[in-house]
Amino acid sequence: MDLDVLLPKLLCIAWLLPLASFTLIVFFGPRMGKKGILASYVAAGAIVTSFILSLIAFVSWIGANGVAAPGGHHGDEHAAVSPLPVDASNSPSPMRLASLADTHAADSHGHDEHAVHEVHKPVAYTGTWYTLGQFGDLKITISYYIDALTVCMFTMVTLIASCIHFYAIGYMHDELHDITDTQVLVTKGYRGHGHGHAGHGHGAHDAHAHAHDDAEHDDHGHGHSDLPPPPAGYDYLHRPGRFHRFFQYLSLFCFSMLGLVIAGNIAMVFVFWELVGVCSYFLIGFYIERKSASNAANKAFIVNRVGDFGMIIGLMALWGSLGTFAFGDVDGQQGLFSQVRNSAHNYELRTPDGMVLQAASDEIARGVEPTAKQIETWRSEKLGYWLLVIAGLGIFCGCVGKSAQFPLHVWLPDAMEGPTPVSALVHSATMVAAGVYLVGRFYPMFTPEVLLVIAYIGLITLFIAATIAITASDIKRVLAYSTVSQLGYMMLALGIGGWSAGLFHLITHAFFKSLLFMCSGSVIHACHTNDMFRMGGLRKKMPWTAYTMLAGCLAIIGTPLFSGFYSKDAIVAQAVMFTKQNPAHGILLYGFAGGAAMTAFYMFRLWYMTFSGKPRDHHVYDHAHESPKVMYVPLVILSVFAVSVGWTMPFFGLSLTNLLEQARPAGEIGTGVLLPALSYPAEYLSHAPSVHLIATLIASATAAGGFLLATLFYGVHKLDAADVKRQFNPIYYFLVHKWYFDELYNFIFIKPLFFVSSIISKIDKNLIDVFIDKLAVGVKALSRVDDAIDRYVVDGFVNVIGNWTYSAGRSLKAVQTGKLRQYVMFIVVGTVALTVIMQWALAAE
Amino acid sequence: MNLLTEPVGVAHFMVVGAIMFACGVVCMAVKRNALGVLMGIELVLNGANINFVALGSKFLQKDGAFSLGLDGQFIALFVIVLAAAEAAVALAITLNFYNNHSTVDVDRANELKG
Repeated sequence: MDLDVLLPKLLCIAWLLPLASFTLIVFFGPRMGKKGILASYVAAGAIVTSFILSLIAFVSWIGANGVAAPGGHHGDEHAAVSPLPVDASNSPSPMRLASLADTHAADSHGHDEHAVHEVHKPVAYTGTWYTLGQFGDLKITISYYIDALTVCMFTMVTLIASCIHFYAIGYMHDELHDITDTQVLVTKGYRGHGHGHAGHGHGAHDAHAHAHDDAEHDDHGHGHSDLPPPPAGYDYLHRPGRFHRFFQYLSLFCFSMLGLVIAGNIAMVFVFWELVGVCSYFLIGFYIERKSASNAANKAFIVNRVGDFGMIIGLMALWGSLGTFAFGDVDGQQGLFSQVRNSAHNYELRTPDGMVLQAASDEIARGVEPTAKQIETWRSEKLGYWLLVIAGLGIFCGCVGKSAQFPLHVWLPDAMEGPTPVSALVHSATMVAAGVYLVGRFYPMFTPEVLLVIAYIGLITLFIAATIAITASDIKRVLAYSTVSQLGYMMLALGIGGWSAGLFHLITHAFFKSLLFMCSGSVIHACHTNDMFRMGGLRKKMPWTAYTMLAGCLAIIGTPLFSGFYSKDAIVAQAVMFTKQNPAHGILLYGFAGGAAMTAFYMFRLWYMTFSGKPRDHHVYDHAHESPKVMYVPLVILSVFAVSVGWTMPFFGLSLTNLLEQARPAGEIGTGVLLPALSYPAEYLSHAPSVHLIATLIASATAAGGFLLATLFYGVHKLDAADVKRQFNPIYYFLVHKWYFDELYNFIFIKPLFFVSSIISKIDKNLIDVFIDKLAVGVKALSRVDDAIDRYVVDGFVNVIGNWTYSAGRSLKAVQTGKLRQYVMFIVVGTVALTVIMQWALAAE
Repeated sequence: MNLLTEPVGVAHFMVVGAIMFACGVVCMAVKRNALGVLMGIELVLNGANINFVALGSKFLQKDGAFSLGLDGQFIALFVIVLAAAEAAVALAITLNFYNNHSTVDVDRANELKG
């Protein structure tokens, strides 16, 4: 079967299987086996099958398109040759021809006599599965856009999700029984459980209103045999387990995430974007009775809405001017990418005609004929360019929300209220990476100015998050801030033109961060606390967890030969190239390097505090135990990938970067139009040995520096952390309070909002309500009058007529004598009388 | 005009029809036997029939007079058919009445009076 037929089919099934599992669990979940245990097998079976299908798709992709990066951009010998693009695909079917051109290029790669590089349109299969509706020109479809990036993402998401499903079977086993949640207090005798809303309203009292400050909570409500007795007058909340519900949400999430990845148009992306958002909301609020969890869920949802607002603006800008949502060309209609970067213009970024016309609508109304030449003039006057910038910024705004970038990063750390498998899957590996993925997918549409914004947002995010992670004491929060920071890296990489570097880091990060989260989950599972200050020395108790986590830590800080090294190296190299070309933006490189050092520091602070040294809390230490096999086997699998996913496979030549190169958007980013000084170096230039050497040195030095510092503080205790804390007290508190972002937002947005709402509620109560009340009283009086009229006038009239009819009937009753012969006489007499009358009347005429 | 001296024409038939009609009406009015009443109805109908036939016959018209064609005869045929149908229904009713009351006296049929 051809790849363009096979891939959509395979990936469609892989995409829909989790939906089937979700549907099954929704309807039959509680009845699936004992307490719904089978639900987990259904969900895991679906996602594993999806993974196998994705793997087949992955292998067949390599079989058809090879493992080499397209074009000759990758040999270092070409680094100096400036690419002179020649349009190779000026034909009705650019997709197929482009792939032909690729194979041709791969063949001619060795003997590169013509020093001209062809501009390669990436191989992509686009098409429509189903048209949901058509309103004029607007076509809402379920379509696909499959390229190397899609296939890689599918494989990555399904692999990690499979591991996490199995892990969750072990992690969530408490939910198979009734649960006593020690974090929710209810008044004695309260019997709200079993109704699903044993919530706060009914005299329930929340023990953990400040859960994220004291970092005392664990995911598991059940606790040990020696529960501390609840305070007088209160009971711990007792509720039935929700095992099946967890897997139901996981399945829905997998479906949404895969739909987001495979989506062939931005409207479909938006739909699945919201779906993953709502899944995240459900999963963060899984322990809904805890006020902290439900608050965190609300926070995540609302903060994401802010970003989505921008995204909708971007969508409107695109639809209003370009008239399509599709990424690629479908059915002869130009998609977004080819409108912005057309093969007729060497895939250079040009303001599309639609946007030019939109911007020039005033002049057209004035009577200027929009000829092709006139459009060209307008284009050179930068008309419509700002529309492209707004569209790009709008889409990026959505990505800021979903990928927890500054200033919307505040929701992600709070999202750690959800169960740890969720943190691993949704809030580190996949969903939050969706923003980065969308930036990568939408890359051809971004102008250099927008990319610069992306770079700076990424930089700010990575710096802020890294500093906060240094002081966090909650093991999951350290990882959460680390996630935010790493997402910042990816955004920064994409923003400085490192397309494949950023997406490469997205995939390597997904593996090691999900691994780290699952390890932390394993620790929490063993210790029943999140607080690192109560751990220590756990290495001996849980060796599997400790050493897989060590592998994750080494990967994230970028130790050579670990996957993180390769991706960070690529980003640093691009940063070096970029700052060389744009010295004004040198801070991008320095900030990056500083962030890398901090990453190494806080990751090893976490590892040392948890696993090495002496136990700080013997109660916790004595209860700790290695997790069951179903939990640590996924850890081992993931750690293998976390180490090796960046490698180039020996003999086979398969490497993730080359594969991603196959999906690289065609054309150069070029120089800015609004900022002419800004110019982007092509990414392949950063593969030059001179650049790479510097990059490797920077990356390794910063990582080693951070690692050594952490070792001095927490490994060998040569330096005293408490001492440093005392000396830099203001800074320490600034960081512990997370740069006061929550307080700031509370002051800027929430307080004014409450103030305005209180005014509005007063207006509502004192003005509108009173008016309505008075109106109601008036209507009541009016209806009394109406009632009287109805009762006495209308009814009376009807009654009178009724009585008349009745009495007439009574008197006429006597005529019915029942004597047949009498009736005949009546007839005869009547007839005779009629005849006589008629005669009489006729005679009178 | 003296009917007895005139040649037989429409008027004579109409007199016969009127006599039959009157007999029928009287029969309906005075008979207590339901079958007698039915016979009276037949007389009434056939009295009317005679009028139809007579007025429709072209042999009874004066020359040049307006002819009704065969309409009268057809209406008479319809009336005969209707009379047959009506007789069938009426006899069935009578039979039922007899079954219930062991008599066909119409004066006993006063259960539906007001």
